[in-house]
Amino acid sequence: MTATLGHTSILLALLVAVWGIISPILGSRSNHQRYSAFTRTAILAQFVLVTLAASSLIYALVTTDFSIRYVAFNTTRATPAYYRVTGLWGALEGSLLLWEWILIIFSGLVAWIYRDRQRETMPWVLMVFSIVSAFFLGVIAFVSNPFETISPVPLDGRGLNPLLEDANMMTHPPLLYTGFVGLTVPYAFAMAALIRGKVDEAWIVATRRWTITAWFFLTAGNLVGAWWSYHVLGWGGYWAWDPVENAAFMPWLPATAFLHSVQVQERRRMLKVWNLSLIIIAFSLTIFGTFLTRSGILSSIHAFSSGPVGSVFLVFLSFVLISSFGLLAFRADLLKGQAELDSMVSRESAFLLNNIVLVSALFTIFLGTIFPLLSEAIAGTQVSVGAPYFNSVTVPLFLLLVFLMGVGPMIAWRRASWDNLRRNFLWPAAASLLAGIALFIWKVRDFFPLLGFTLLAFVVLTIFYDTALALRARRRTAGEGVIRGLVTLARRNQRRYGGLVVHLGVVLVILGIAGSMTYSIEREATMNLKEHLNVGHYLIQFEGLKGSREPTHFRVEGSFRVFHQGDTWGVLSPALKFFPNQQSPVGRAVHRSTISEDLYLILSGFSELDKNQATLKVLVRPLVVWIWIGGFVIALGSLLAILPLGKSSSEAA
Amino acid sequence: MAWRRLLITVLLIAPVLWLLAFGFTRDARYITSPLLAKEAAPFTVTLFDGRKVSLNDLRGKAVFLNFWASWCVPCRAEAKDLEAAWQQVKDKNMVFLGVALQDTEKDSRAFLQEFDVSYPNGRDETGKIAVDYGVWGIPESFFIDPQGRITYKHVGGIRASLVNAKLEEAARSIVSAKEGKEDYQPIR
Repeated sequence: MTATLGHTSILLALLVAVWGIISPILGSRSNHQRYSAFTRTAILAQFVLVTLAASSLIYALVTTDFSIRYVAFNTTRATPAYYRVTGLWGALEGSLLLWEWILIIFSGLVAWIYRDRQRETMPWVLMVFSIVSAFFLGVIAFVSNPFETISPVPLDGRGLNPLLEDANMMTHPPLLYTGFVGLTVPYAFAMAALIRGKVDEAWIVATRRWTITAWFFLTAGNLVGAWWSYHVLGWGGYWAWDPVENAAFMPWLPATAFLHSVQVQERRRMLKVWNLSLIIIAFSLTIFGTFLTRSGILSSIHAFSSGPVGSVFLVFLSFVLISSFGLLAFRADLLKGQAELDSMVSRESAFLLNNIVLVSALFTIFLGTIFPLLSEAIAGTQVSVGAPYFNSVTVPLFLLLVFLMGVGPMIAWRRASWDNLRRNFLWPAAASLLAGIALFIWKVRDFFPLLGFTLLAFVVLTIFYDTALALRARRRTAGEGVIRGLVTLARRNQRRYGGLVVHLGVVLVILGIAGSMTYSIEREATMNLKEHLNVGHYLIQFEGLKGSREPTHFRVEGSFRVFHQGDTWGVLSPALKFFPNQQSPVGRAVHRSTISEDLYLILSGFSELDKNQATLKVLVRPLVVWIWIGGFVIALGSLLAILPLGKSSSEAA
Repeated sequence: MAWRRLLITVLLIAPVLWLLAFGFTRDARYITSPLLAKEAAPFTVTLFDGRKVSLNDLRGKAVFLNFWASWCVPCRAEAKDLEAAWQQVKDKNMVFLGVALQDTEKDSRAFLQEFDVSYPNGRDETGKIAVDYGVWGIPESFFIDPQGRITYKHVGGIRASLVNAKLEEAARSIVSAKEGKEDYQPIR
């Protein structure tokens, strides 16, 4: 019953989506107002139908309706209600439905918010939404159907992968999907502009907040994924340059480039083709990511089921790339920029350089990701590309980006005068140079870390210095104190100050990454009872093993007393969990965070014969906690940029 | 003009799409051994009965070389099959050689006794032989032709029928295109 309801809703939604694609075309032929109303109705109807389908799947999961195959494979009677709901995106079929659901929510919001505006453009925007939606609905209806039934009905289900039974399951996938789907909005507006041949700045202005929103969700999704990896997967790292991680990260790069380069187009009417290309690439990469994870064409530590979905996604990816870039090529005559770069020392060129760096990073990561494929296709040999490649090519690029992050927001548009440069950069540059020398004396001697920390200091100092100058001006003109002055500044120029706060957050994230990349200590040792191990500032003593039977698994826990420079930190207990239907145990690492470093303990093995012996892996990772703090700061900055707090500078929408 | 640009665009995109489509023709998790059709690394191993065997002495015979350990579950599963395969070919110009890896001598001996293994077995005490053969999971088996070239590699448990078929191929120096793979246990 639930299955029929869900599947019928999907089929109906697909029909409606097709109607939503056809009607603007008919409308443009007959010039009838009615048709533009049809496109909107088509989106709203899809919204209702897909919501119905998603709700019925959630209902089936919560009530453990094992007659539906998807439910039987992703829940058990013992699964807590919380994980029954998250089971919606625990496997491929449900994930696609969630994606479609988020997509249609976004489309519905756009249709609703712009119901009285942009009358000429909206039918085309909504048509693009309907095309994307029709693709997902088609996949859900015919290729990867979450409502497929199973007979005979099993007595109990198989349950989620135990690694997915984690609180982050609630946040990481939906955040990432929201980020991916969010990029559809600027993409749809860009396509509509190209279809209509009205390629001025309107589409950029209209989608500014949507783009920042999507960017924020992408950032948050990636960071929460890293957090999950670090806290749950228990290998002590947060990023492995695995193809699946790269797939999630790649859209972030053109999206970030786009956020910056659109400002150049708004101000100077430059970079039109570039901006359109960036958004097409960013959107294509979201489809490419799903293709990569679901096609099984590359080997990955993330085991995803693969099937016919991969090839369907490749067909859609081809359609998106060829139609979008084809349209762009067709309209290229209309897209001549109206201004040229006045000087190499200007904000335009800083942003342009930022774009080049981001796109280079994208290219190197893309190349590294698909290189195994390329090498086999051309040379016939198999290779694998690992973290050393990615680290060595991206670190210099990201350091250059950090430098630009300090320069870009402060340098003048068009042509920076000597005076402008001196006013904004002299003190921050001098102070950060001093900081660099201090770091060198304080034993930071390696080139990249020293350069990195100095550049991070430079960015922070430029931001603080600029804000201090602005505050001083507020005090002179309006007699405002520091707090009042900050509030006024932020309200008058939300986008700028939101952006600066985001930059501070990014600085913190990079600080954490740089610290943990360069100064980590790793030790592994097999220890006897009461034996101790010295790692960094820590002394760790083995106090015994303990086994216990949990509802879903058997748990072996090691107790380790930790002393930090003489102080006792109590007992930390990393564990191994043995699930009956899993071949290898799932590790449960434990860690202690401080603002300067994390201590991370992994129980990597124990002797089955001798209860008094265990193998422990100890990691000391400096500054990791700043990655997560930076994430919060980025969230705050993004909110500051998006929320309608006061009179914002030039937001027309 | 617009059509030309369109054509260029498509021509630029097509190779990327072709490359991605190419991905479907291969199995990404599959790693072929670079050792196939190469000369087998020479080694000398001390057998459990005290004799010494050197691979070079076995030139002119087809060799089945098997890496195992007593703690490895798929090794136990294949042990009977290997002995059965040996019984079928022991009078031909073919040799079986087992090499125990990361195992104590006591456990290895118990294993050989438990499964009544009658073909020669030795210990790779230092792990050097396993390193030379790039062993990353056990059981792992190599087939070597009379000229000393590796003709086939199998990761994981192997059936008697396959052992005999691949030995026949090795005797005739037929090199397989791919390695085989079944259940295995990773080694440290």
